[in-house]
Amino acid sequence: MRDGKIMPIRHMRIGVHYLTRVEGHGNIVVDLKDGGIKELRWEIPEAPRFFEAMVRGQSYADAPHITSRICGICSIGHTVASLQGIEAAIGVQPSEQTVLLRKLILHAETVQSHTLHVFYLAVPDFLGVNSVIPLASTHKEALLQAVRLHRLANEWSDLIGGRTTHPINMVVNGFTRLPTPDELRALRQRIMDTIPDLEAWVGIFKTLDIPDFERETEYLALQKGDEYAFYNGAIASTDGGTTPVPQYREKIKEFVVPYSTAKHTKAARESFMVGALARFNNNYEKLSPLARRAAEEMGLRPVCYNPFMNNVAQLVEVAHCFEDSVRIINELLAMGLKEEDRSVTIVGGTGVGATEVPRGLLIHEYTVDDRGTISGANFIIPTNMNHNNIERDLKALMPTIVDKSQEEITLALEMLVRAYDPCISCSAHLLNVEFV
Amino acid sequence: MTKPKIAIFDFGCCEGCQLQIVNLEEDLLDLVGLVDVVSWREAMTGHSDQYDIAIVEGSITREAEIERLKGIREKAKVLVALGACAHIGGVNCLKNFFGMDEVLEYVYGEGAKHFDTIPARPLSAVVAVDYAVPGCPIDRQEFLEVVKALLLGKKPPIPNYAVCVECRSKGNVCVFDKGMTCLGPVTRAGCGAICPTYGNKCEGCRGLVDDPNLDSHKEVLQERGLTVEQMLNSFRMFVGYSEVAK
Repeated sequence: MRDGKIMPIRHMRIGVHYLTRVEGHGNIVVDLKDGGIKELRWEIPEAPRFFEAMVRGQSYADAPHITSRICGICSIGHTVASLQGIEAAIGVQPSEQTVLLRKLILHAETVQSHTLHVFYLAVPDFLGVNSVIPLASTHKEALLQAVRLHRLANEWSDLIGGRTTHPINMVVNGFTRLPTPDELRALRQRIMDTIPDLEAWVGIFKTLDIPDFERETEYLALQKGDEYAFYNGAIASTDGGTTPVPQYREKIKEFVVPYSTAKHTKAARESFMVGALARFNNNYEKLSPLARRAAEEMGLRPVCYNPFMNNVAQLVEVAHCFEDSVRIINELLAMGLKEEDRSVTIVGGTGVGATEVPRGLLIHEYTVDDRGTISGANFIIPTNMNHNNIERDLKALMPTIVDKSQEEITLALEMLVRAYDPCISCSAHLLNVEFV
Repeated sequence: MTKPKIAIFDFGCCEGCQLQIVNLEEDLLDLVGLVDVVSWREAMTGHSDQYDIAIVEGSITREAEIERLKGIREKAKVLVALGACAHIGGVNCLKNFFGMDEVLEYVYGEGAKHFDTIPARPLSAVVAVDYAVPGCPIDRQEFLEVVKALLLGKKPPIPNYAVCVECRSKGNVCVFDKGMTCLGPVTRAGCGAICPTYGNKCEGCRGLVDDPNLDSHKEVLQERGLTVEQMLNSFRMFVGYSEVAK
C-alpha cells in the first residue's frame, strides 16, 4: 500500500545483471506474480579460481603470498589467516612483536576497506548518484575527508606491509622489514590528526536516511578476552556459546544448494551473518571510547538486526581501529622494535588460522608435510558465509517494498546487497550452476 | 577535442589492480576529468558499449569468457591488459599443473559436475593485446604513465631490463647473498625492485624480460640447492603460463 490506496496486483521481473559497486560479480533476480514472490535469487557468476587445489605442492613459506591473491581488497587479512594456519600446522609461535605488528596492519586494512566501501561504494546510493565521481562537485569537502581517511589507511599498510595490496613484509614467524620508531610516531600523529575527518563523517551519517528493516538472525564473530577481536579468538555467536577455531567445522556447516551459484553455510539457525555488524553485536562492550561514542551518535545499539546498519557498524569500527592502533603503537614503542630470528623448525601437521577481515570471519586450514610442502587446504570466506543470509534478507525485504516502483525496488534490493559489502572475488568456493 | 571513452572490465582475478586505480585518490579525480569513463562495474553504476580504450584485468578461465573478451576486443580501438593475471596469466595458472577435473573435484567434491573451468591463460592467448601494465598488483604511478602515453598517442614506457638493474641502483644487498633465491635476474623491471628492497625475493610478477637467459638462471637456482621441483615452483607462482615453468 502506498498513499492509502490499494495497489493493483503486481507482476514484475527484475534482473540486476552484474550488480555494480561491489567487489566481484553478482546478479539479483526477482520474479513477482500476483504481488507475491515467485522467485528471488542472489546469483554469483564469478569465475572460481581453485586456490585450495593450487597451493598443494607449494612451500609453506609461499602460501601467504599466493593466497593473498585471493582478494585485492582483503589481501592483508588473507595473509594473516594464511600465516596463522601455516604456523599452527608447522608448530610455530610468532613473537609478541610480530602479533602486534600484524594487528596494526590488520587495522589498516579494516580502515582501508571500510572507508572504500562506505564512502566510495555505498554513500552514492544515499545521496542519489551513480558513483562517487559526481560527489567531487556536490560534496567536495566531505569527499576530500573521505579521500584523506582512505589514503591514510593505504599509507599505513605501505609502512607496515611494504605495499597496500599483497603485502611484501609479512612472512612466517615475522616481518622482513620493521618500521622505525620515527615512522611509527609519524603514523600515530597522522592517525590522531585524521580523527576530525572521521568525526565529520559520523556527523554526515547521522543525517542519512538508513532503511528501517529488520530480520532476526544469528551473528558470528571472533571473541577474545577484553579485546574487540580482529586478529584471533574463538568463534562466538549472538545465540550464545563459543567454538574453538580448530573445531570450526562443528559450528559452520558448508552445504550446496542446487539453485545457488555459491556454497552456502549455516550454524545454529537457517543462516547467519558475519562482518562489522556481527562483530559489533558480539563485542560491543569492548569497543574503544571513540567508537562507542560514534555508535551512540549514529543510533547503533546491540543487538541490531538491520543489515543496512552494517554501513554504520563499519564506520564505528574505523573509529575503534584508530584508537586501538594508537594503543598498539604506544606498546610497540615501549617494547622497542628489534630484528628477530625468523627461522623455523618444521613439524608436519594440520593447522587452522581464523581472523576477522573487513567482511567477517576468514578461515584458512592447511596440512603441511615434514619437508614443508603443502598437501591440503580449505578456506572459508566471509562473503560465502553471508550469501545465504543475504538471500533470506532479500526475501524478507521484498514484501515490504512490493508497492514501490520497479526502480525503487531495484535500488532497495541493490542497497541491501551492497550493505553486506560482498567481496565475491574472494569466494574460492563458488559454484556455477545453471538453473531456471 | 572529445574525451576518449574508457571502459574497465575484469575476468578471473582478485580485482586488486582496479583497486590500485581507486587508490590513486586525488590523481584519479584529475584523471577522470581528462577521459570519459563509460563502464566500470566495480566503481560505478551504468554501462556503455561505446568505448575507445578497454582496460581489462584478469585471466581467462572459462569457455564463455573467450567470447566475452573477443566482444570487448571488437569494440575497443586499444586494449590494455591490466596486471599479472591479464598480462601473463599470474597465480591463476598454478591450477594448470593439475588436471581440470582434479581441481574441480578437490574444491567442489560431488558438485564438480556442474562447472566448467579451462586452463587459465593471459588475454594475449585469446585476442591481440596492445599494451600491458605489468605486476601483481600494478604500480599506480606506472598505470598513470601508461594512460598518459595513450592519451598523447604515444607508446607506453614499460622497461625491458631486469629487476636486478633497479635493485642494484637502490644499493640493496643481493637476495642471493642473503642465502635466498630470486627471479630478479630474468624479471621485467619497473617496480623499483620493491620486494627485494623490503627484504623479500623477487617472485617474477611482472613477467620475464624479452630475452631472458633462462638456462643460465635455472642453473644458478639449482646450484643454490633448489630441487628441480622447487626451481619450477618458483617460476610457476606468476609465470606458470610460459614454457620455463613446464
